[in-house]
Amino acid sequence: MTADLSQHIAGLDALELSHRERRSVAARIWARTWPMFSAILLVLAIWEVVVLTGWRPEYVFPGPVTVLGELWNRLGEAEFYDAVAVTIRRAITGFAIAVLVGLVIGAAVSRVRPLRAAFGSLITGLQTMPSIAWFPLAILLFKLSESAILFVVVLGAAPSIANGLIAGVDYTPPILLRAGHILGLRRLALYRHVILPASLPSFLSGLKQGWAFAWRSLMAGELLVIIAHQTSIGEQLDNARELSDAPGLMAMMIVILVIGIVVDMCFGAADNALRRRWGLDQRVG
Amino acid sequence: MTAPTQELRPSRADGHEPAVRLDAVSKVYGRELLALDRVTLSVDRGEFVCLLGASGCGKSTMLNLVAGLDHATAGEIDTGAGRIAMMFQEPALFPWLTVSANIELALRVTSSAKSTTRRERRERAAELLEMVHLGGLGAKRPHELSGGMRQRVALARALAQDADVLLMDEPFGALDAMTRDLLHDELERIWRERELSVLFVTHNVREAVRLGDRVVLLSSRPGTVIEEYPITLPRPRRTDSGEVAGLASAITDRLRQEVLRHAQPAQRPGATGTGK
Repeated sequence: MTADLSQHIAGLDALELSHRERRSVAARIWARTWPMFSAILLVLAIWEVVVLTGWRPEYVFPGPVTVLGELWNRLGEAEFYDAVAVTIRRAITGFAIAVLVGLVIGAAVSRVRPLRAAFGSLITGLQTMPSIAWFPLAILLFKLSESAILFVVVLGAAPSIANGLIAGVDYTPPILLRAGHILGLRRLALYRHVILPASLPSFLSGLKQGWAFAWRSLMAGELLVIIAHQTSIGEQLDNARELSDAPGLMAMMIVILVIGIVVDMCFGAADNALRRRWGLDQRVG
Repeated sequence: MTAPTQELRPSRADGHEPAVRLDAVSKVYGRELLALDRVTLSVDRGEFVCLLGASGCGKSTMLNLVAGLDHATAGEIDTGAGRIAMMFQEPALFPWLTVSANIELALRVTSSAKSTTRRERRERAAELLEMVHLGGLGAKRPHELSGGMRQRVALARALAQDADVLLMDEPFGALDAMTRDLLHDELERIWRERELSVLFVTHNVREAVRLGDRVVLLSSRPGTVIEEYPITLPRPRRTDSGEVAGLASAITDRLRQEVLRHAQPAQRPGATGTGK
């Protein structure tokens, strides 16, 4: 009987185990990159066509060849790397502080009811506030300094990060909470073993959104708060405008876009990995 | 063994305490909604009791009360010193942990001697998986398994708690008939080996007759015990056997009467003498 039973079960299991094959790394990279490259080519083509129509004179609105050539030149200069390094350092510092602040606020607000009532909607409100509106105050408080920029970057990113965590805690599936309770997990242990891991996907999308806000705030900040003798991507952009250096200006814009996209892709990859591990990525068909 | 209509049976156990005892337990939701009305029930050690009823009979409420997930409005629930494990209709496994880690977590929380090492827990988890015929699948993620396999992992996790009482809330309700049959055999075997006391909620009459030492029928709105059927058919039983089917249809008739009672518009809860 038992042997028979286990054989039956083994048979059913063998039929039901999913065999999902994963394609090779090269194939996956190719599948993701070719649409991207096609899109870039398309944009460049449209750009070139607009330039060819003579809508604006070339020295104001140069074509892709000129701009990419200028970008190539700048890639060979040390100053370019100094500027990028400064900006990236600010982005990382600001984002790290924002994550810390967002985590603390998010954890406190999601856990303590009166805090939730008091600050829940305020956090959402802050999220919708254009961060550039903070700069006049930031400049009054911190003068034209890096602190002023970081202040706004943190204010821009932290609410999204806190909200991501709060939403994750709120939407922890009740059945998992019950399962945790039955296992004997209470309070902090329940938080650690069930609620925090369950809120990870939501927290991750909060991080992603927070990054987008941080990056925007940082660019606005670097244009508004020009610190003497310190280069940065924003400073280079502003500089190019003052010198009417259209190709240089657009080259720096491309750099800003590319950095934004690359970081976003990192978050996307983390999100995908998480979904795959949790089995949330089952597509139809 | 046709339609048995005995009165409430006195507890089988004479000398010792039952594993679970509910004494005149009531549960009111909000101000008015009486979900359970003075339910008295006991599960002996090693007994398999099936709770059967139409919707709205408070079966799940009862399990939640016994499990401590909810509190009774009145009455007493005694589960002694025994540890309680519970299975739900969904496997409720943690998707961020591997199958083995899900079980190890239960072991870690439960282990009375907190000194168990990670390695010991891993070995123990592997044994438990072996027990539910899932040996070697510990490294899988829950989503990689089928519904029936996940439910067996949930069973292994419940067993990891080293519980004396196993509460089951329609655990096989979402499975296909063939898988369910196999899991019945599986559960029966483990119940015997582990000498568990089981309180099993279902709305499937045959399932109740297939598994239970005793089938307890609940009325709906409010839930009260209206009938108890001791099932003395020899084990192992088959869900599709004539005896099981016969007994099941007798119980189904009684269940229908109960459902029909609610179809009469003149009937108010107060008129049955159970409402307050």
